[in-house]
Amino acid sequence: MSALGRVVRSGVGRRRVQTTVLVLTTLIAVAFSILGAGLLVASQAPFDHAFARQQGAHLTAQFDGSKATQAQLAATARAKGVSATAGPYAVAPLNLTLRLTKDPRTGGPADISISLPQATVAGRASAKGAVDKVGLDSGKWATSPGQIVLSADLVPPDIEAGATVKVTGMPGAPTLTLVGIARSVGHSADGWVSPAQLAALTPRSAPPSYQMLYRFDSAATSSQVAADRAVIAAAVPSGALTGSQSYLSVKEQADSNTGAFVPFVVAFAVIGLLLSVLIISLVVSGAVVAGTRRIGILKALGFTPLQVVRAYVGQALIPALAGAGLGVVCGNLLSVPLMGEVAGAYRTGTLLIPLWVDFAVPAGALALVTATALVPALRAGRLRTVQVITVGRTPRAGRGRRIQNLVGRLPLPRALSLGLAHPFARPSRTATVAVAVVFGAVAVTFAVGLNFSLTAIQKDRDREGVGSVVVLPGRGPQAQGPMGEGAPVLSDPAAASAAISKQRGTKAYFGATGTEVHVAGITSAVPVTAYQGDSSWGAYRMNAGRWFSAPGEAVAPTRFLHAAGVRIGDSVTLSDHGRSVRLRIVGETFDLTDDGMTVRTEAASLTTLDPGLKAGQYNIALMPGTDLKTYLSSLNSALGGGGAEAVSTAVVFDSSSSVIMIMEALIATLTLLLVAVAVLGVLNTVVLDTRERIHDLGVFKALGMSPRQTVAMVLTSVASTGLVAGLIGVPIGIAVHGWITPLMGHGVGTNIPAADIDVYHAPQIALLALGGLVIAGAGALLPAVWAARTRTGNALRTE
Amino acid sequence: MAEVLIEIREASKKYDSGPPALDALDLTVRPGEALAVLGPSGSGKSTLLNLIAGLDRPSGGSVTVGGVRVDRLGEAASAKYRRERIGMVFQFFNLLDDLTVTDNVLLPAQLAGMGRTEARARAQELLAYLGIDRHARAYPGRLSGGERQRVAVARALMNRPSLLLADEPTGALDTASGDDVRQLLTDLNADGQTIVLVTHDLALSEACATRTIELVDGRLVRDHVRAVAR
Repeated sequence: MSALGRVVRSGVGRRRVQTTVLVLTTLIAVAFSILGAGLLVASQAPFDHAFARQQGAHLTAQFDGSKATQAQLAATARAKGVSATAGPYAVAPLNLTLRLTKDPRTGGPADISISLPQATVAGRASAKGAVDKVGLDSGKWATSPGQIVLSADLVPPDIEAGATVKVTGMPGAPTLTLVGIARSVGHSADGWVSPAQLAALTPRSAPPSYQMLYRFDSAATSSQVAADRAVIAAAVPSGALTGSQSYLSVKEQADSNTGAFVPFVVAFAVIGLLLSVLIISLVVSGAVVAGTRRIGILKALGFTPLQVVRAYVGQALIPALAGAGLGVVCGNLLSVPLMGEVAGAYRTGTLLIPLWVDFAVPAGALALVTATALVPALRAGRLRTVQVITVGRTPRAGRGRRIQNLVGRLPLPRALSLGLAHPFARPSRTATVAVAVVFGAVAVTFAVGLNFSLTAIQKDRDREGVGSVVVLPGRGPQAQGPMGEGAPVLSDPAAASAAISKQRGTKAYFGATGTEVHVAGITSAVPVTAYQGDSSWGAYRMNAGRWFSAPGEAVAPTRFLHAAGVRIGDSVTLSDHGRSVRLRIVGETFDLTDDGMTVRTEAASLTTLDPGLKAGQYNIALMPGTDLKTYLSSLNSALGGGGAEAVSTAVVFDSSSSVIMIMEALIATLTLLLVAVAVLGVLNTVVLDTRERIHDLGVFKALGMSPRQTVAMVLTSVASTGLVAGLIGVPIGIAVHGWITPLMGHGVGTNIPAADIDVYHAPQIALLALGGLVIAGAGALLPAVWAARTRTGNALRTE
Repeated sequence: MAEVLIEIREASKKYDSGPPALDALDLTVRPGEALAVLGPSGSGKSTLLNLIAGLDRPSGGSVTVGGVRVDRLGEAASAKYRRERIGMVFQFFNLLDDLTVTDNVLLPAQLAGMGRTEARARAQELLAYLGIDRHARAYPGRLSGGERQRVAVARALMNRPSLLLADEPTGALDTASGDDVRQLLTDLNADGQTIVLVTHDLALSEACATRTIELVDGRLVRDHVRAVAR
């Protein structure tokens, strides 16, 4: 072996701590970069990628089997413009009830029944095919009688294969076993069974129904898909095509979901990538700088500057290579649960780290290691030998002495003042710790803010359950909405209103009813909620303007205003059954009900449309100290049963959103990962620093510094940096939150109220600022304990 | 029987491989003695000093100093023992370059929790006694080798230790500075300070040691009392 090879080998083998630190740093950075890059790739048009991967159906068409034979349907594959087909598959609408014997959240024994929405179930022998390759999230495909696979979009999260699925409304209520959870990106069906099983589940009297899945040569726009549909309709007997679904409408829904996720997933990924790059740069250059004295010795022995540079770049690259390899493995292993959460959020089925990321990230990391090792190695290689040996004894004397003197005068135990003064002696190391902590603090601040915002949004997005009590149509005869399309209303709202008014404990109440109208410029029907009484205490959070206060005024959410092309101060015309009314928009609400399209106004505003508009519910606020149970009992007696029933709003209105729950879980995972990387960044730096200071530590210990004092000194050496970095990171995190949160809102077509974005208050900010201290302390704890445990004799012998 | 400050019984020390650094050594040192430990490189001199200081633990046998079984002390108790009973002087001074002379000297007292005023007074007294008070606010890097070793001695004496350990205290000094330190240690011993010093410097041993032992391959081969301890 050449002298250079021996130097590299001994440098890697003998300096085990430094080598371990380099391996660990590269491992963490590569693993997180793979996750970050994977998230970024997954966030680029996730629906389109998943749709392409599954060869999703451009058109899902349903046929009446009594009007077209299966052969005729199969023949549509040869229709003009059709590039691929799957089917015909028999389909049936089924009412399903999920029965669980295990609580999906706790894993404990339970007996839970969950009624699912009516499901379109297809009889399909295989998940594969030329079109709509259904992806299994878990379990297996239903190939035998008695088995069923359900769509992940139909069942609640955490449901696993093995549950029982009861088909209600069928003679004998047959029971199936859930064998898999799957996802069709094009939403071709809600469940799948074997063809024989579907035949068994279809009543003989019912006309057979079939599904065909099509891909077309041209299907980029809705008009192209409509033209393709017309070709299919013409290819089968008249009236055989009973329904169809374009992938574009599915895509629109999916994109509106992912729109809320993409901004913060991308933000976390970018923070992670930057953190990884910085940590690699700082730790590698720090390791080479720490070996400067050895470079001097090599030069004294006759090594040329080029050999020195090669030796040190080699010494950095070998552990980095090992770390990069391990990082790829760890990154891919970590990606399984994380990408699973993202796939759940994006509703795209299994997401994997692309192969090119597995090659590009380690290659980039190694290039970075080479570059960052090269700079200090070149500098040391150019220095005169004596100079290298002199400056190589770290730290360079004289740095920050004045501040150290000042800190030494503080009335603190000496171990603490020594620790506090240390950052000024090693500014570059201090900067490394600071950068890692700043990133960690940014991530935590951003995540905490998002969490606060999501909680506020959860509360504000739907105010139908405002108040403590709601009076709803009871079990007795219910009147239908006067305009035909509305929700059930109270049979005698005047009597209900009188009873509520007289009831002791009532603080305020208002009536509300829903209906649908047409608004010029908007093709679909627009939901309107009309209020009776003072509704100001139950007002939605306003993005701008104010709540309505007089007939003729209305408020509407952001998406409606955009759709109708109106602003606050403009008027809109609501029409129904040939009658119309003009309302002036006085405020923009934060309102996500009914896809953010609900116009809200006083009932008196709609008298032109319908003078007999009746309340569908009454929301009631109670006087402080009122006992809810007693109030409900008393009010229900007064209401007399039948037509109206008072219930607790908490029982009727569930304000939780599954999307927000998934978001919160994803944010928690990403934050935990980022904080872990930040902590490891601090740990790496403090390990290197402690190794360099080991002789000084030996001196301290020889003079009587106890292990506890040693730990305190090392922890204090990062405490001030952590605190300052926390103070820097918190405002940056707040700024990132202030930038990303509105983008998330825009992703789902709404502005977000300022109150839901301005969620940081002094106590939270103070606690978040201390987060930097915690991250720094957590990173320094292990090396501090190691320093305390090092035998004094060994430390003193260390050069 | 006279009082014993250090009692070493059958002490041995083995490192990873090779022969033992110390091999079943027996040694007692009385208060007021100035013991010079001589011997060639690798004979176990520094190992002996480290065992007495509690910097290292023997592989076998016992080390008792002032009634304390040093070989049985944990890290925290060992640190306390060093703070209260031991002062150490090293060949290369081991002064902290970023602390002033006064701050270096104050360090053991501050680690022991001595009051600020008392510590400062003691430091000034020591610096004056050792003739380096004019350098009180200087940094060690600006002092001569002899002056630096005086600072190290001042630091070692800060907590009034019953035992001063010196590892080659003149090893890194020029002749004039070496003479200076020799005289200092002689004077300290004359004032009643018990000293154990490891040295190759026969002049130092001649000048200040009241007793000389010689180690070869970890074994005691010579024990010579020059005079009655003062």
